Amino acid sequence: MSTFLGLPRAVDTSQLRGRPFPEAARAAVADPQLRRNLGDATATIRAKRARVVGEVPDWESLRAAGAAIKDHTLANLDSLLLQLEAAVTARGGTVHWARDSAEANRIVTELVRATGADEVVKVKSMATQEIGLNEALEAAGIAAWETDLAELIVQLGHDKPSHILVPAIHRNRAEIREIFLREMGAVGLPAPADLTDSPPALAEAARRHLRQKFLSARVAISGANFAVAATGTLSVVESEGNGRMCLTLPPTLITVMGIEKLVPTWQDLEVFLQLLPRSSTGERMNPYTSMWSGAVEGQDFHLVLLDNGRTAVLGDPSGRSALRCIRCSACLNVCPVYERTGGHAYGSVYPGPIGAVLSPQLTGPELNATLPYASSLCGACYDVCPVAIDIPTMLVHLRAQVPHPAPERAVMRAAAYAMGSPRRWAATRSASRAGRLLGGRRGRIRSLPPPLSGWTASRDLPVPPAEGFRDWWTRTHGSPPPATPPPAAGGDGAGAA
Amino acid sequence: MRIALFLTCLVDAVVPAAGRATVEVLERLGHEVVFPPGQTCCGQMHVNTGYPAEALPLVRRHVETFEPYEVVVAPSGSCVGSVRHQHAALARAAGDAELAARAAAVAARTYELSELLVDVLGLTDVGASYPHRVTYHPTCHSLRLLRVGDRPLRLLRAVRGLDLVELPGAEECCGFGGTFAVKNADTSTAMLADKMRAVLDTRAEVCAAGDSSCLLHIGGGLSRLRTGVRTVHLAEILASREGVA
Amino acid sequence: MSARDEVLARIRLALGDRPTVPEIPRAYRRGGDLDEGARLDLFADRLVDYKAAVRRCAPADLLGTLVAALTDRGAARIVVPPGLPWDLPGAVVDDGLAATDIDRLDGVVTACAVAVAETGTIVLDAAADQGRRVITLVPDYHLCVVRADQVVQTVPEAVARLDPDRPLTWISGPSATSDIELKRVEGVHGPRTLEVVLVS
Repeated sequence: MSTFLGLPRAVDTSQLRGRPFPEAARAAVADPQLRRNLGDATATIRAKRARVVGEVPDWESLRAAGAAIKDHTLANLDSLLLQLEAAVTARGGTVHWARDSAEANRIVTELVRATGADEVVKVKSMATQEIGLNEALEAAGIAAWETDLAELIVQLGHDKPSHILVPAIHRNRAEIREIFLREMGAVGLPAPADLTDSPPALAEAARRHLRQKFLSARVAISGANFAVAATGTLSVVESEGNGRMCLTLPPTLITVMGIEKLVPTWQDLEVFLQLLPRSSTGERMNPYTSMWSGAVEGQDFHLVLLDNGRTAVLGDPSGRSALRCIRCSACLNVCPVYERTGGHAYGSVYPGPIGAVLSPQLTGPELNATLPYASSLCGACYDVCPVAIDIPTMLVHLRAQVPHPAPERAVMRAAAYAMGSPRRWAATRSASRAGRLLGGRRGRIRSLPPPLSGWTASRDLPVPPAEGFRDWWTRTHGSPPPATPPPAAGGDGAGAA
Repeated sequence: MRIALFLTCLVDAVVPAAGRATVEVLERLGHEVVFPPGQTCCGQMHVNTGYPAEALPLVRRHVETFEPYEVVVAPSGSCVGSVRHQHAALARAAGDAELAARAAAVAARTYELSELLVDVLGLTDVGASYPHRVTYHPTCHSLRLLRVGDRPLRLLRAVRGLDLVELPGAEECCGFGGTFAVKNADTSTAMLADKMRAVLDTRAEVCAAGDSSCLLHIGGGLSRLRTGVRTVHLAEILASREGVA
Repeated sequence: MSARDEVLARIRLALGDRPTVPEIPRAYRRGGDLDEGARLDLFADRLVDYKAAVRRCAPADLLGTLVAALTDRGAARIVVPPGLPWDLPGAVVDDGLAATDIDRLDGVVTACAVAVAETGTIVLDAAADQGRRVITLVPDYHLCVVRADQVVQTVPEAVARLDPDRPLTWISGPSATSDIELKRVEGVHGPRTLEVVLVS
């Protein structure tokens, strides 16, 4: 177990790491159907987001406020969590604390068992995916039914989510129809035999299949988008109404929430209720947002506060702003890497740019060494992040923390040595011009040995010209002064010739 | 004006034409260009690959080399981005507050070519002539790190004979990403394929950009596919007098 | 050490650098600048954009408008909250009905607590004229009465008017999903039809 300042990371990393990214990505980029599904879907949502963000005149002010509220929350996390606990308890709820996934799963399992129920309905929740709650409940003989349409598609398809917001983004309508026809009957009301692949027909099938479960469920499990420390208010932001069903109908409600999901005051919601819907689904407002403080309408309410490596993230001043994340997924939708590899390549429930910085921090960078490199550092994620997480800078920060392959280390050290003095750098340039010997026809290098074979597999390299820049400079301007540079001169204000 | 050329290691070692063109265009405009010979590399490759300790001496060398000059220009959005966004932070992280302050001062005087021409020299027409159909790829670091905006396009629109065609999906990364191009070659190549398709769709003869690194990537792909489309640095177009008697 | 104490101790250790954070900049818009007419038009426009139905009427015509809406819908038996101030045909007052009973009714009629023009949102706070959360969730048709003075322009104005100690439901159009190829489909688990009567 790695530590930051002696702070434990997530112990069970099964939901937070997978195969090395380059390996997993290779398979994904070679799948034309996946590339098409992802390309279409991300292009659609990018355009929607751009439209509804563009119509908000004070977007940048909201973004600055959102980032600052989250930073303020993180800087006072201990006292705010105690405030939240007191407020929820005063309003009839019960608060539980979990150091890690095993503890959170044990708490939830015992709470469900105490009700005598052998099944639960679930609202889509990243936190419960991160801790593998469904698997833990199943091991305890409790069936956990996902009720979000995409989560249902994923669950029925014995698949894994590939997107924070749209977990089945990698599936198209024809595939979804097949899954419904094949799988629904085994776990409840079957899909109609004449089911078409039109999205309204598929949504209707899901509505009928799940309504039975909603009306009979005795326990619901949710995550939380926000919790207000001052008032004990929990909030779930959703679209379909499955969240409302779960939060309202069953007599027992258990909410599992990462400790960073807090905001200090009720007023702070006015910022996030604008930032989140527009950033995530590209809507002015999502169809349904539920808010409740403590136990309401006679429900038995339990709140489980989860650490699972978050305090280790908090302990790194250069990494902690990843905890600002409100799981909107805007960064995934604009990421050119995600668009081509899909979410599964990241091997974590948190894919895309935010996953590339969050997953390694939760597990410890050495257990997720390839994720910080799963980015071209193009910066599109930072531009759209509603809480202004500087993901590119954080990726670079994490790259310095992962173990480096020995051959790469040797190359980088050699390069640094060569660039460390003008004389050695000159020798290097001469050597690079020796690359002229590798040139094939038309002045192009078409094949290089490893590790540069990764380049020449799909790209040529130009042969360096016979005359380098410095030779040209010397020929046209005379020798540059090799000693100390001349003192600075003021601008002479010369205009254009 | 006396302007120091920050050549960048890639231009120095592989593609000198972009450096020569930068000198030519500034001299044609009546400015004095100096070339501090002690320069090697700004350290961006080391920082971005996860080797900040190896980068620190390079940062120090860069600061010492360019400190004496009032204005520094580089034909590269990403290297100027590194100078502006990484140097001081790197020095600070290493506990060297003095170097951080000096690095910040150098960074404040360092410009990418289109910034220098448009903002400092107040020009869009640099007297260039380039009778070709050109499409322009805005590189990520110039676009999102430096926010050069439409400055390069304004410069290109003023070039005589140049037929500028819009690149579809222009703001999408070409897939170079430095170390990414080799470490994640499959994904990088998939991104490159889409960028090349966009370039070819414009029917341009030339794809221009302000970063030699991205141009090596795009040009390497276009060359491998024998498309006949050339990649040319923005500086080379601005230096061109092609077709002028 | 209990989990609670341990997590709190970890947080304090993690914050050992005692990060100072600047004041929260609240330069964003708090209020709106539209007059009532423009505000109501914007609200109606946003609702229609979500594919909700909108009827507008004067206070004196409210009852007739509600009856007409129910008749057009063919909603013969509807659930109503105990404090609904209008006597409607076919109304079944919610006195703790089971969800399965509500599931057999044709719709629900409620008032609301506040509405937001810019986002086309209605907020219910479980007051006597709005009722338990379940009654606006299980039926397939929700007819909601919004008074002009309840419509604010911006989200911050709405948050300021609401009481966090009440269970709140923010509703923006009918339930919807974009989970299939990101194509929006109206109507999943909540009411598939939302109809708003805007009274001014």
